[in-house]
Amino acid sequence: MREARLSGRAAPLLVPPRPAAGQPGMWAAALRAVGRSRSALIGGTIVLLIVLVAIFASLLSPYDPQEIDVSRRLVGPRSAHPFGTDNLGRDILSRVIHGTRISLSVGGLVVGCSAGAGIVLGLLAGYSSHLDRVLMRIMDGLMAFPTTLLAIALMAALGARLSNVIIALAIVFTPRVARVVRSVTLVLRELDYVQAAQALGARDSRVLLRHVLPNCMAPVIVQGTFTFAESVLAEAALSFLGVGLPPYIPSWGTIITVGRQFMQTAWWITVFPGMAILVSVLGLNLLGDGLRDLADPRLRGRLG
Amino acid sequence: MTGYVLRRLVALLPVLLIVSTVGFFLIYLTPGDPAAVMLGPDATAEEIENLRTQMGLNRPLHVQLLHWYSRTLRGDLGDSIFLQRPVRQAIIERLEPTVLLTSMSLFVAVAVGVPAGVVSAVRRNSWMDQVAMGVALFGVSVPGFWLGLNLILFFSVYLGLFPVAGYEPVAQSVVGALRSLVLPALTLGIGGSALIARMTRSSMLEVLGQDFVRTARAKGNQERRVILGHALRNAMIPTVTVIGLALGGLLAGAIVTETVFVIPGVGRLVINSVARRDYPVIQGVLMFIASIYVLVNLFIDVIYVYLDPRVKYA
Repeated sequence: MREARLSGRAAPLLVPPRPAAGQPGMWAAALRAVGRSRSALIGGTIVLLIVLVAIFASLLSPYDPQEIDVSRRLVGPRSAHPFGTDNLGRDILSRVIHGTRISLSVGGLVVGCSAGAGIVLGLLAGYSSHLDRVLMRIMDGLMAFPTTLLAIALMAALGARLSNVIIALAIVFTPRVARVVRSVTLVLRELDYVQAAQALGARDSRVLLRHVLPNCMAPVIVQGTFTFAESVLAEAALSFLGVGLPPYIPSWGTIITVGRQFMQTAWWITVFPGMAILVSVLGLNLLGDGLRDLADPRLRGRLG
Repeated sequence: MTGYVLRRLVALLPVLLIVSTVGFFLIYLTPGDPAAVMLGPDATAEEIENLRTQMGLNRPLHVQLLHWYSRTLRGDLGDSIFLQRPVRQAIIERLEPTVLLTSMSLFVAVAVGVPAGVVSAVRRNSWMDQVAMGVALFGVSVPGFWLGLNLILFFSVYLGLFPVAGYEPVAQSVVGALRSLVLPALTLGIGGSALIARMTRSSMLEVLGQDFVRTARAKGNQERRVILGHALRNAMIPTVTVIGLALGGLLAGAIVTETVFVIPGVGRLVINSVARRDYPVIQGVLMFIASIYVLVNLFIDVIYVYLDPRVKYA
């Protein structure tokens, strides 16, 4: 499928021959490809910076995010507290920096879990028409629920905890990955090289893992980037609604919930964590747009 | 045509069955005895036992499930524990603001998104395209609840143009109802319009490069007619799908937006029920909104026939 596209108009000029997966130079080629897409480059840089903030959160934050000091409550932005403080005198900058950790952990784990489950289900459904009926009916049923609503209902049943937010969002996003992987598998299954592998007596598991799965990875990575962005938004929304993380955990959503009560007098409590969400999700969406265009040369220059 | 609609309705049954199954098993995800969780730590063993009997939790699982199916597929969503009334009635009482809010934001989303997408595609890479797509990227990335809070602060608190929060029922004042929903509808509509603008742009670009558009121009049609009559009509097909999918986002987004603007709709009902552990209401709203969403998307598939004569449903 990909080969057919590369031979299309203008494509050979834009896409140099790719080293196969696992060969040296694969990563260099991937990096060069990302460098050619402006949105992937900008988005990737933003995401990289945010990941660094999350990793070095303790070094970067000027205060302990949980440190309460009532003598400096609701202080506006100034040099000692660039983002101000909240009603308990906690430093907003430090809380936003630590919130990066929470948001990225939730996003990363949700993407990991939903991709893992979605790949397995999608491969099985795409490969076996018996399983396909049952699995895709269930996936269609799950996709009948608007995502935030299903996440709220699951959180109501499971209880407001960090691990449950991840479980709930992973359940919500798995069907999409499964659908993408299934549709790619359905096409690949009919291709000569897969049939040749089958004819040579390769076991189903080998065909799926060695021949089908690698070709599913591009769409899964694109989907995963957008899922990451949506998970960050969903976690913030759930926490804001009081059904996500408990309020003492410094997540971007919970900081905004606290700040909401003081919006008219202390705008900084809500504005800064909101900007943090906006910038991260923007970066992820840009990266996703760029990767999608790279994965599908037909679309190059059309989107984003 | 009728046959197609009928077949699609039949194909809907397994989806609704799964929606109902998810609704049923929701309470079994609670750690511990659902009845005890619902009544809270102060309940006596007798009260818990009564609720278990009332909810049928003591019966074998398959009996419960069959009973649940026959009940929910008939539209009976059970009784709210806290509100002491049928869930269906509780939903209907709060439906007005939610339906109005969702329709208004859908209107905003389409009215802004489609023209923005068309202009971006026709004037590709111009400053208008870049601005529109920049705004659209912002629209899909901004957290709705945060945007809502900022709109309240600016338009209601500083400028005093709209009420800060709350809702005036249509029965009291139609203008008041619309006024109280302007900011919530904008909050929700911006995200939706961003999605629709991006989709319209990419499908317009695809269509504009095709032969029939060149033919339409070669025939001497005015550019306006070529764009709106020939290109847009074809480009709308994927856009209509996105509008249907965006509706799901709007319905779910209404829950968050109603909380931000303190609107007594179905969304507030769910969030309040989570705090009260009123599971029948959560299950009921979950199934209700999913069913509406599925039905609307079926309706959209049927609209295809009119938009695209190539699609035949023999």
